[in-house]
Amino acid sequence: MTHRIKLILAGASALLALVAAGPSHADTTLSFLIDNNPDTVAAAEALVAAYQTKAPDVTIEIEQRPGGGEGDNIVKTRLATGEMSDVFLYNSGSLLQALKPAQTLVDLSGLASQAKVDEGFKSVVRADDKLYGVPFGTAMAGGILYNRKIYQDLGLSVPKTWADFMANNEKVKASGKVAVAQTYRDTWTSQLFVLADYYNLDAAVPNFAADYTANKAKYAETPAALKGFERLKDVHDAGLMNEDFGAASYDDGLRMVATGEAAHYPMLSFAVGALKQNYPENLNDVGFFAQPSDDAATNGLTVWMPPALYIPLTSQHTEEARKFVDFAGSVEACKIMVETNAVQGPSLIDGCDLPADVPPAIKDMLPYFEAKDKTTPALEFVSPIKGPALEQITVEVGSGIRQPADAAKLYDDDVRKQAKQLGLPNW
Amino acid sequence: MTETRPRSRKSPYPLWFFIPAAIIYGVLFLVPTVSSLWFSLTRWDLSTAEFIGLENFQQFFSEPFLVKGLLNTLIYAVTTSGLKTVCGLLLAVLLTSNIFARGFLRTLVFFPVLVSTIGIGITFTVMMHPTRGIINVTLETLGIPGPGWLTNPALALFSVALVDVWKGVGLATLIFIAGLAAISPDYYEAARIDGATRLQQFFRITLPLVRPATVIVVTLSLIGGLRSFDLIWAMTRGGPGFSSDVIASVIYKQYQAGFYGLSTAGNVILFALIAVIILPFTLWFNRREVEE
Repeated sequence: MTHRIKLILAGASALLALVAAGPSHADTTLSFLIDNNPDTVAAAEALVAAYQTKAPDVTIEIEQRPGGGEGDNIVKTRLATGEMSDVFLYNSGSLLQALKPAQTLVDLSGLASQAKVDEGFKSVVRADDKLYGVPFGTAMAGGILYNRKIYQDLGLSVPKTWADFMANNEKVKASGKVAVAQTYRDTWTSQLFVLADYYNLDAAVPNFAADYTANKAKYAETPAALKGFERLKDVHDAGLMNEDFGAASYDDGLRMVATGEAAHYPMLSFAVGALKQNYPENLNDVGFFAQPSDDAATNGLTVWMPPALYIPLTSQHTEEARKFVDFAGSVEACKIMVETNAVQGPSLIDGCDLPADVPPAIKDMLPYFEAKDKTTPALEFVSPIKGPALEQITVEVGSGIRQPADAAKLYDDDVRKQAKQLGLPNW
Repeated sequence: MTETRPRSRKSPYPLWFFIPAAIIYGVLFLVPTVSSLWFSLTRWDLSTAEFIGLENFQQFFSEPFLVKGLLNTLIYAVTTSGLKTVCGLLLAVLLTSNIFARGFLRTLVFFPVLVSTIGIGITFTVMMHPTRGIINVTLETLGIPGPGWLTNPALALFSVALVDVWKGVGLATLIFIAGLAAISPDYYEAARIDGATRLQQFFRITLPLVRPATVIVVTLSLIGGLRSFDLIWAMTRGGPGFSSDVIASVIYKQYQAGFYGLSTAGNVILFALIAVIILPFTLWFNRREVEE
């Protein structure tokens, strides 16, 4: 309804503009749907403002939607009912595959900007050998945010092995601070120890992702896959967590690691954006390291790809939308977005270098990206399946309600359900 | 219930008179019900629906947490409905007696009914915070270590149920007050002359005569309890883990994950469950009423 009102209003204002300016070429209004994360809004607004100076005959209206599962539903529903905006922002990887891109989205393989987009990113917006999206923002990584002041005060060094990590934790605990912040009020934050362990899993079992997708490998039957759950339990059993871990929120976690209440917070590096906004004076106290492994030699980073911009097949202004999206994927647009927001990781567009003054947490990530074989995309980008109940299961393991082996079995059931719903072969 | 209309008498209204109502009923109730029965048999991604027979139901019943969700739903419904009935009746007796500021106190009891459930949920979540919440802070000053109201898996469901009772008891009280007002004062007068105590009056006169109100309160709160979702979602999201999941929240999670056919099947199951529990219950209560 509001959509229609907006259209009518847009039409009316276009008419007015025509009357006022006299006969000229017709204006186009593009609708652009994004999530309501403040970082996203700021980046999208900067992007649109920059584009409008280049193409004054195109008006772009930004619409916001909630994030998380609720936002997923809105995107899926609007796509299915043909009500999708001309351009929209959505996840890449397994969540994109659930939108059935080949049937619902415009092929963007031919855009000029694709030439400079990173190959790794292209693989997560590809379906049937066609590219359906351009990156929005930088890559990010899953690992552990740590408080550098605590590390300095206690003389700790960045751990590479799990044993070193636990030893650090014991020292932090002895000093009276919280060793590991956990925030299960926002259940999604509980998954990090499992998801960020994928580099280690991939190093130990290189064909896990393919076998897992083909229903040949299971979490419960792969000791290296079970490790993530066991690490969650280790931390709980050692009593390293904040007392109110069951009721603390993501914001609490950020506050704890930023202000030095807690030494570690397992998190995605996109948190740097929120840290910059909420705790700017503490931004330099927060560092980042990859999830420790069993062997110091194979320590590396699990990487998350940013979301992408897509055009639905139902768009009435495909040509204009393509031009806008092409601009969004350019080096120029990338630089605008990098300047607007806190950088979360390396850029995926060749020629769009990061500014020299990135926060320490981001600087800590760069060596992994510069070295060879020190990064791997997270499992949800190399396999179309991710069970929806993982966050509840990891809360249970992290709270000591369920044992790791049992949890892995339960997650395998959850994954089977997802695979069946996607109609994958072999399930 | 007992009155029967002679079949032969023609309705004074022409048929077309019913058509607007029938259209509203058909579009808003009949079509969704029938189509949800159909979609529960499909793998549905909102644009295409592939018929897969009873697979969704099979999946739903093999869901490890369905059994737990089912049990939790029953525990929640019985707890809230029982407490609302008992507390509602007691409060109604109190608020119909000659006490000070009766009208104001009635308003006070009814007030939570008017507040948004989500608002109440968020408020109590803050109050029940294990270390910073006002409840545990108060308990601590008294020297009692407060439990993790919403974070202890054994306690979470009951904490939410208590909040639900607090929120819903005003409506039950209101219905009971109406029921009590319908009892003729003559009965109490006669009982007093016969020397009945207050307690005897309550059990021998009030309780039996307020039965119609009791039936309404129990039925409404039981149905409300069986399909309750908003308060649980606002306070615990079914957690920690799955410990306070009820059927409605399990269904919502399936919907959130994009399993539309599966979640529709869950709704059909919920519908059937409510019918199976409520139907015999109301039949039994109504029969008792007629017998008396």
